[in-house]
Amino acid sequence: MTNHDLANPQLAACEVHGVTRGAFILRGALAAGAVYGTAAVGPFVSQAFAQTGGGDVDILNFALTLEYLEADFYTVKGKQVGLSGQAKAYATQFGEEEAAHVSALEAAIKQLGGTPVKKPKFSFPATSQSSFLALASVLENTGVGAYNGAAPSISSKMVLAAAGSIVQVEARHAAAINLLLGKSPTPTAGFDKPLTKKQVLAAAGPLIK
Amino acid sequence: MSTHSGEESAPQPAGIVEHLVRDDVERKRFLKMAGSAGAASFGAFVLAACGSSSSSSSSSSSTAPAPATTAPPSTSGANPFGSGDLGILNYALTLEYLETEFYNKVVKAGLFSGKVGSLLKEFGSQEQSHVTALKAAITGAGGKPAAKPNGKFPVSSASQVAMLAYTVENLGAAAYLGQAGNIQSKAVLAAALSIHSVEARHAATLGTLVHKSVVPDGAFAKPADIPTVLAAVKPFLG
Repeated sequence: MTNHDLANPQLAACEVHGVTRGAFILRGALAAGAVYGTAAVGPFVSQAFAQTGGGDVDILNFALTLEYLEADFYTVKGKQVGLSGQAKAYATQFGEEEAAHVSALEAAIKQLGGTPVKKPKFSFPATSQSSFLALASVLENTGVGAYNGAAPSISSKMVLAAAGSIVQVEARHAAAINLLLGKSPTPTAGFDKPLTKKQVLAAAGPLIK
Repeated sequence: MSTHSGEESAPQPAGIVEHLVRDDVERKRFLKMAGSAGAASFGAFVLAACGSSSSSSSSSSSTAPAPATTAPPSTSGANPFGSGDLGILNYALTLEYLETEFYNKVVKAGLFSGKVGSLLKEFGSQEQSHVTALKAAITGAGGKPAAKPNGKFPVSSASQVAMLAYTVENLGAAAYLGQAGNIQSKAVLAAALSIHSVEARHAATLGTLVHKSVVPDGAFAKPADIPTVLAAVKPFLG
């Protein structure tokens, strides 16, 4: 994927080299693995990822952009919309947790010698509690798929541990929001689907000004 | 960063269930580790993880447990289910067997009806789908799936069951998180992650049911290593 394919230049700036292609190949390989067993696809997948170039800082910066977006959504948009009850409680709590993810990712990027991307400006199409929750559900579920999709491309075990720790919390948020909306807490049943970068951008890109 | 795993003596793979049933040392170790884990700080963990020698940002860094994910790939000795990805897959399979049996018993006991009842039934069938996927992965990789353990679960009252389910799912999520960094194959890692976040969704759902936090560890979920998890499930092995 080249940068001009991307819906949003802000996110394109932290392109995860090859993650889209890698994730695509991986999903194909996993589908094959379901039939032939993982051993059959192991070498193929490793080879595919060896060609991608990787870049943990790039992956972390992509994640950071999503966390900026989520934190802003809960803390800024949540106040504008005027939430009440459980929705208000979740927005306050989850907003703090997303902000903690932002801080941790910024620190991790610096520790790896990288530069954290700047926080973009966001625009959220939510005007009521119900449209706020609906968008929260999209963002959280997309977040889960984004981390799950990028994680196999991570080189450092430390970064992988951090991503795993965060994605579990995103999944918990996603389930809680879905329940509040009367939706299934497990929208894709027993297995969460990893998302490609392109799929993540399709969901999150339009929210960046 | 050191880990606890080096201290583990590896029991015989075939006798893991008996080993757990007999060995009270495991239980004591779990309680000890659970105590120290309470003071864990993710900030310290990230800084330590990234090679910083500074611990000034957190007073609790010295008590933070070394996550299993920091262990070098050669920690297979700590896994009684065998080495490498196959050992991890069989460990996961054993936990999924127990979760499946637990939900089956809960559904059979008929303690829940309506929306909660159907959610628990759904979770049970999702655990069963994890069992099926893990068995296929193990067989496909040339391994032999671990035997299904016999579970024993108290299913007499709805509130007790709901609380136990919350505990079990949180443990399951922590168990997967604890292995993420030890998995060698990217395909196995992707599969484990796709199951891991579903366990987290289950745990959060049950949290709403028992009026406990949907995120009991706060913003950063904590991993659990194999000895910790096995000690915790020991009371449920029949």
